[in-house]
Amino acid sequence: MSAIYRKELRSYFTGMTGAVFMGFILLVAGIFMSIYVFDGLLAQFQAPLSAMGFIYLLAIPVLTMRSMAEEKGQKIDQFLYTLPINVSKIVMAKYFAMITVLAIPLAILGIIPVIMSLYGSVHFTVAYSSLLVIFLLGCALVAIGMFLSSLTESQVIAAVLAIITFILLYFVNAIVGIIPENAYVSLGIFCALALIAGLILYYLTKNVVVGVSTGVVLAGITVGLFLWKNTMFEGAFAKVMSVFDVFGRAYNFYDGMFDLTAVVYYLSIVVMFVFFTVQSMEKKRWSEVD
Amino acid sequence: MIEVKNLTKRYGTVRAVNDISFSVDDVGVYGFLGPNGAGKSTTMNIITGALAASGGEVTINGFDIFEEPIEAKKCIGYLPENPPLYSDMTPEEYLVFVARAKGIPAARIEKDVEGVMKKTGLTHMAERLIRNLSKGYKQRVGIAQAILGDPDIIILDEPTVGLDPIQIVEIRELIRELGKEHTVILSSHVLPEISSVCDYVIVIFRGKIVVQDKLENLNRMFSETEILRVTTKGNGDKLRAALEKLEAAEKVTVVSNAVEVEAVIEVSSGADIRENISDILRELDMPVLSFTSNAQSLEDIFIKLINEQHIVEDDPSIPVKKVKKSKSEIKQSSKGRAYYEDDEDGSDNEDAEYTPLFEVDDSDDSDEND
Repeated sequence: MSAIYRKELRSYFTGMTGAVFMGFILLVAGIFMSIYVFDGLLAQFQAPLSAMGFIYLLAIPVLTMRSMAEEKGQKIDQFLYTLPINVSKIVMAKYFAMITVLAIPLAILGIIPVIMSLYGSVHFTVAYSSLLVIFLLGCALVAIGMFLSSLTESQVIAAVLAIITFILLYFVNAIVGIIPENAYVSLGIFCALALIAGLILYYLTKNVVVGVSTGVVLAGITVGLFLWKNTMFEGAFAKVMSVFDVFGRAYNFYDGMFDLTAVVYYLSIVVMFVFFTVQSMEKKRWSEVD
Repeated sequence: MIEVKNLTKRYGTVRAVNDISFSVDDVGVYGFLGPNGAGKSTTMNIITGALAASGGEVTINGFDIFEEPIEAKKCIGYLPENPPLYSDMTPEEYLVFVARAKGIPAARIEKDVEGVMKKTGLTHMAERLIRNLSKGYKQRVGIAQAILGDPDIIILDEPTVGLDPIQIVEIRELIRELGKEHTVILSSHVLPEISSVCDYVIVIFRGKIVVQDKLENLNRMFSETEILRVTTKGNGDKLRAALEKLEAAEKVTVVSNAVEVEAVIEVSSGADIRENISDILRELDMPVLSFTSNAQSLEDIFIKLINEQHIVEDDPSIPVKKVKKSKSEIKQSSKGRAYYEDDEDGSDNEDAEYTPLFEVDDSDDSDEND
């Protein structure tokens, strides 16, 4: 596992990716820092940090796009399977390498509260717990980006997929806000999602029966629940979508609250998407579809 | 060493590997032979753990590749069809990475990497980026990677592709050398390569094993008759009479025209009667204009095998070791294609992508599919 980790880390620093990623984060964070703290005379480290989510939108896809797609594209993934290393360890090594690259610029940003404290009083606990949550948010997004990269053989497609996904996640609250909290609207959306799930399953298995029956059964359950108790559906879509509010989870920290549920939430996303990535890599080995 | 039992890999309705079994117990060089798309690479990918099988068992040094993959993979060095190289590394960095990934103890890594680079002639290229190496050198890095850590079993998928003639000779020499202490499985469709390097041959066609035997046995098996051709001048009838007296000559045909006499003699296998023929010609005072013998090359054997296989392939009693047996079975063999899954409606077959390598009359097959 350490062999893959070292190789991955090395490739981020011999190539452009690592430098571009870290430079971009430090540059934009530095600009925010100058505007808020040094120019605006705001003694709060977390204020500029809360803008980091926006930097991640563009920076993390750059970091994750090559993680799985590059080797798939060059057919080297096949060789990794023949090494005496578990696929899960390979994926984890790659993930940790990316997390390391992410941690370096954040660690550098960690100097700023100390500098600020030279000129006034800084609440260190809030400052560093905000930095921690920004790191956790990054970890979650890297896991999602890595999974998306494992779905394709092209780095460009991986990056585009990640950017689109992150933008949707970033604006999930705004998007949900537009949709009326009507029970019928929720019903319609859930039925559509059920059919989309069926379609995705068909695409993955190339099995018409599995795809159609999943879609129909899920849609049927939704309609059944609606007929049974339609008050349940009022505002249900917004509630469900709040699960996807990855960026919003961090806000409590900026207000000075150490929100343990957010930590658990981010760690669960990490575990889930690392697991999905492993499955996605294993799928190729087991595939019996052309 | 390697035991493969009833291995099958399906892709949709096509069986890329169809219920093959073979075992390799000894050191030596084994040639894995077959036309394009026969299932060679798929089989190798399964044996090395790069692909999962649809059914069957593979045991490497007693470790099941599906149950104990880590232990099994430690015994194998593999060069896939496309050498798995990271273009932003130098050969040395790359080999160090592979050595670490293979779990070679840190103290040995430097020495081992140096050793394989010397063996594959990479030492003077150690500092260049792999992306700047020629195809031949990339191939060498791939081979170096496979033999790193001195695995018991070395599997090479078309190792000499892209090499220049001198490199080919060197790499073949290296493979022969490796074969003295390791089990080397080598796939190729370059037949002279197989016959010059391999001790054993496994022929695979349409996902099935057609024959597995020592190369020399294979030669013997197929060269039942040798054909000698003599062109001379003089009296053709006298020549025929004299030749027919030879015991080993099974069939003699003599054709005379105004200028030359041509004799075609079929000789039963093993016997060498070239000297006797020369004596006869001298006695009759006939000059030798040309004298040729056509012993069969591996190419002839291969084409013969594949063509036979087209006819017998659905026969459940496909002989794995004895090819002679199959010859007698050709006439009474059943028809049909084992290549496709047993289909009830036949329509599945239209999805199956398959282009036959050799031109054969497929009219029988299309009838059964209805």
